[in-house]
Amino acid sequence: MEVFRQLKPYYWVERKFIFASILCLAAATALGLVYPNLLRYLIDDVVKPQNWEPVPLLSLAVVCVVSLKGFMNFLSGYFGGRLGNRVAYRLRNASYAKLQELSYPYYDTAKTGDLMSRLTADLEAIRQFIGFGFAQVLNVFLMILFGGVMMLTMDWQLTLVTLVAIPLLAFTAVRFEKNIHPAFREMRQALSHMTTAVQENITGVRTVKSFARESHEVEKFSARSAEYQTNQVGAATIWARYFPLMELLANVSVVILLIFGGLRVIDQHLTLGELVAFFSLIWYIIGPMWGIGFHINNYTQSKASGERVLELLNQYVHVKSVPDAVVLDKQHVKGHVRFENVTFNYADKEPAVTDISFDAPPGTVIGLLGGTGSGKSTIIQLLMHAYNVKQGKITVDGLDIRQLDVQSLRSQIATVFQETFLFSASIRDNIAYADKDATMEQIERAAKLAKAHDFIMELPLGYDTLVGERGMGLSGGQKQRIAIARALIRNPHILVLDDATSAVDMETEHEIQAGFKELMKGRTTFIIAHRISSLKDADEILVLDKGRIVQRGKHAALVRQSGPYREVYNIQYADRPQQDDEPALGKGGTA
Amino acid sequence: MASSAKGPAAPASGLDASMQEAAQAQRQRFKYTDDEVIEKPFNWKQVLRLLSYMKPYRKQLVPMVLMMLLGTLTRLAAPAVIILAIDEAIDKDGGDKSLLLAYGGIMLGLYVIQWAANTIRIKYTNIIGQKVIYDLRQQLFEHIQKLSFRFFDKRPAGSVLVRVTNDVNSLQDLFTNGVVNLLMDCIQLVGIAAILLIWNFQLGIAVMVTVPLMFIVSGALRKRIRFAWQDVRIKQSRINSHLNEAIQGMKVTQAYVQEKENYKFFDHMNTINKKSWDRASVLNQTFGPIIEVTAAIGTLILFWYGSHLLQTNVITVGLLVGFANYIGNFWDPINRLGQMYNQLLVAMASSERIFEFIDEEPTVKESGRARMLTGIKGDVSFDSIVFEYEKNRPALKGISLEVKAGQSVALVGHTGSGKSTIINLLCRFYDPVEGAVRIDGQDIRDVTIDSLRSQVGIVLQDTFIFSGTIRDNIRFGRLNATDEEVEMAARAVNAHEFIVTLPDGYDTEVQERGNVLSMGQRQLLSFARALLADPAILILDEATASIDTETELKIQEALKTLLAGRTSFIIAHRLSTIRHCDNIVVLDHGRIVEQGSHDELMRHGGTYYGLIEAQYRFLSA
Repeated sequence: MEVFRQLKPYYWVERKFIFASILCLAAATALGLVYPNLLRYLIDDVVKPQNWEPVPLLSLAVVCVVSLKGFMNFLSGYFGGRLGNRVAYRLRNASYAKLQELSYPYYDTAKTGDLMSRLTADLEAIRQFIGFGFAQVLNVFLMILFGGVMMLTMDWQLTLVTLVAIPLLAFTAVRFEKNIHPAFREMRQALSHMTTAVQENITGVRTVKSFARESHEVEKFSARSAEYQTNQVGAATIWARYFPLMELLANVSVVILLIFGGLRVIDQHLTLGELVAFFSLIWYIIGPMWGIGFHINNYTQSKASGERVLELLNQYVHVKSVPDAVVLDKQHVKGHVRFENVTFNYADKEPAVTDISFDAPPGTVIGLLGGTGSGKSTIIQLLMHAYNVKQGKITVDGLDIRQLDVQSLRSQIATVFQETFLFSASIRDNIAYADKDATMEQIERAAKLAKAHDFIMELPLGYDTLVGERGMGLSGGQKQRIAIARALIRNPHILVLDDATSAVDMETEHEIQAGFKELMKGRTTFIIAHRISSLKDADEILVLDKGRIVQRGKHAALVRQSGPYREVYNIQYADRPQQDDEPALGKGGTA
Repeated sequence: MASSAKGPAAPASGLDASMQEAAQAQRQRFKYTDDEVIEKPFNWKQVLRLLSYMKPYRKQLVPMVLMMLLGTLTRLAAPAVIILAIDEAIDKDGGDKSLLLAYGGIMLGLYVIQWAANTIRIKYTNIIGQKVIYDLRQQLFEHIQKLSFRFFDKRPAGSVLVRVTNDVNSLQDLFTNGVVNLLMDCIQLVGIAAILLIWNFQLGIAVMVTVPLMFIVSGALRKRIRFAWQDVRIKQSRINSHLNEAIQGMKVTQAYVQEKENYKFFDHMNTINKKSWDRASVLNQTFGPIIEVTAAIGTLILFWYGSHLLQTNVITVGLLVGFANYIGNFWDPINRLGQMYNQLLVAMASSERIFEFIDEEPTVKESGRARMLTGIKGDVSFDSIVFEYEKNRPALKGISLEVKAGQSVALVGHTGSGKSTIINLLCRFYDPVEGAVRIDGQDIRDVTIDSLRSQVGIVLQDTFIFSGTIRDNIRFGRLNATDEEVEMAARAVNAHEFIVTLPDGYDTEVQERGNVLSMGQRQLLSFARALLADPAILILDEATASIDTETELKIQEALKTLLAGRTSFIIAHRLSTIRHCDNIVVLDHGRIVEQGSHDELMRHGGTYYGLIEAQYRFLSA
């Protein structure tokens, strides 16, 4: 029940639908009781006394009552459907909003397939139960209640004897629920395992195929598919044990009724019509009783699903704006970034960056160079407040970023990530991702600055070319250039290029850099790169090693010092055309 | 290209397409390809094809069917016993208590049999059904593994995923309980009809006269319901596609503060989905009342005509009660069949989409006479290759290249000049439109794909890391590698150092896409993977772009020994990484413009010289 208590905000607002649905169902159920009485009347007051007069009226009454009942059922289903659909809509929106809110640490470990199954299959189960299942369960009780009362008024002794199986049935139902619940939970888990396997397989199809690992993937998949199958069969076995048992218990009532009711008719305590009505009523009660296993099944499934959706909704958000956070005003932001003795470690790990300090006043270009895992990307993600800094502080225009509204901070920063992610949309919309009101001129300007315009125009549909979820069909360098255009169109105060031109050839890269040099005048730029040529114009180059700054300064100074920077330089420029003894110092220095 | 609209007829810009919806929403941020609307509701061929999946379990089906029959018959018999009891034991003058007890006993016996039959039936139908589903899913997945890149290029991952999971799942109910319930309901219907007609033909006919009427009325409805559900599924699959991409691109979204915009988009999408559901569920609800009203008319006839027959002593009271009873049981199966029909339609649509995949032929096919490619030297030749990803957009315009075994070849050129395409053709991810690729003189179309790709190792630009341990990820290169071999490969590419700093070393679990690792680290893993595979031909496609220079240097040292005796292809933008290659091939717009060693090309003073020069120009600019 806890699950449904927590879900209350999502369905309680629709309580008018809940009540309407239940009321209509109750009305339909009550109308259902009229028919057995009409049958009783037919036998006791028409057939037995051979008084045929009321027959036409009686027949018409049947049609009216049953039609009305059908209409009520329809209304109940109608309201229930609306209810379920609205609840699913709300929950899905809420889950989606939650996904938007969850921060980077969550996505470091999140599994897409698993999250998707929560927002689809699990929500479906909740929809079914809240929309229809709940009313059905309630209906079972209503039928027992109404039917029971009516039977009691006709012959209470017979009623008590007949319904003796009901407590047993209830007991069995509860045990069934207990057994089936864990099975369903496992099943959901197994399904999500399987989904993950397929999802990774499809997303990583290039890797799979290039290693000819299809059969390995098939094995992996089979194992998970078999796990799912086993769980399904396991649940079915429990089902097979309890369901017919409940049916049998319900049927025992019919046998008891036949014997004891028959005896009471023979002993003239009961009329035949009443016995027939009793039969009708007992079917009426027992019909839904058979279904009780089914309803429990639904309930449990939706409970398990509810748990999974709630788990997502209750997920802790690592990075949040503090109350009364300062909202940066785009007009007045300068983009002055300072790191003061920042040390940071990812959960349960060694520090990723240690004691990082630097000052980047507006108009500066900061270059970051360093080995794999030396902490370059971490610095950028900390600046974006993707993670919380625990030691030291980062300021933008003198304000500690922890005091800033997260979104307003990020609005000032445009980051081009190492990995290019393009959305399923036209190239135009991908570039305008951060600024949907961008005009075509702005889009083209950004694309030109990113050196993407020319190749875009070569595509048959130009800017309207749809690129797939991973920008399939475009080369790595082309995707990177679209991503750069996407960043430039924001006109950011702080531009971050995280190894953003790795797949672009040097000539193009140089043109791109020349382009945004103009754009970023008076603003702050961070460039992470492995190529010296990408960094050489930086006002300050930070050379990182194992999370620490080991060298800093301008290109000209750094190549003179012996140290990692010069080593990298020498490697990259080992193949210069004229074998000069002096590395291009003089020329670099005059720049 | 990814998802190229809906077809040639669709408006090119996509802007026009969204015009109608633009009225109620802002410009569509994302575009997804919809599934096609299926016109034909029932494809008997398809039904037969689905049923054929049950063939392997024929033998187990027999006892199941027997149990089903037994269960249904006992259910049918129970009301008959009640009627007999009323007519012969209760309603008889004075009654017959011992006979009544006997009938009671018979009924109890029937119910016990029913219990046993159902227990067995439910258990085994589920076992068989799940096996069938497993088989189908397996076949589908295996087939998808065989499909070529062209197939994946066209489709978002989400839509493929949905086939294997949701679509197969929607057949699950059909195979576990659906078919059996359908049969049981049919038997029950036929059984009841038969009993009623046998007992009293006239009354039977009279009572059932409304049934055809109901079918006519509901028939018209059914079509609308079908389209409504189809619409629901289309909307749902759009949501799936979006979710898949929204989750994967979340970091970009947050960095660009597009959470609210995306939420608006999703809300719109979700609202449309809700409306679609509303429509479908209302239509669905109309089935119930139609059946109930038809049932009511049946009951009216029973009361009226039954009374008349009673009056004339044609039937007994017990028979009237029995009729009432059976008619009550008559509409339930019809109601269920109506629901079943919906389920069946869903299943039909799903199976149509599943079969569409299963019937999809791989564009890169193995010829029937394909041989194993083993123990090769590593000579590679490209013979006048022409290739286009899309019609009239040539990516390679006549490439000829001879590579001797053991040679290293660098492919140089601007993005889009065709470097990666050459690699794609060598791995036979695509087949050339004209010309042939040969390894040791054998056309690669004449060898098995698996054996070809086992000989060709590739390190890609975008490395994919699977969820699992680091060790498993490296071992992906060669599944039977020992732990020592895995570590050796890791050491050779300098991945060992960072791996041991991870909390659990080689046993560290990395999640999907290797989120916890930096891109450079992922590429090192990918290197180790490729090395472990020990291929005769090694391809590095921008493999070191995200690796720092020092590590790259170390890798290259390691590679020098490892490349010995292997043919290698290297694509790199950092020209320093390729200067030692035996042959540097410069490409431009799908053509080879020059080739030779570093020194030769430098002397030649062509494009390559220009590129090298440019590096220094940029440095001093």
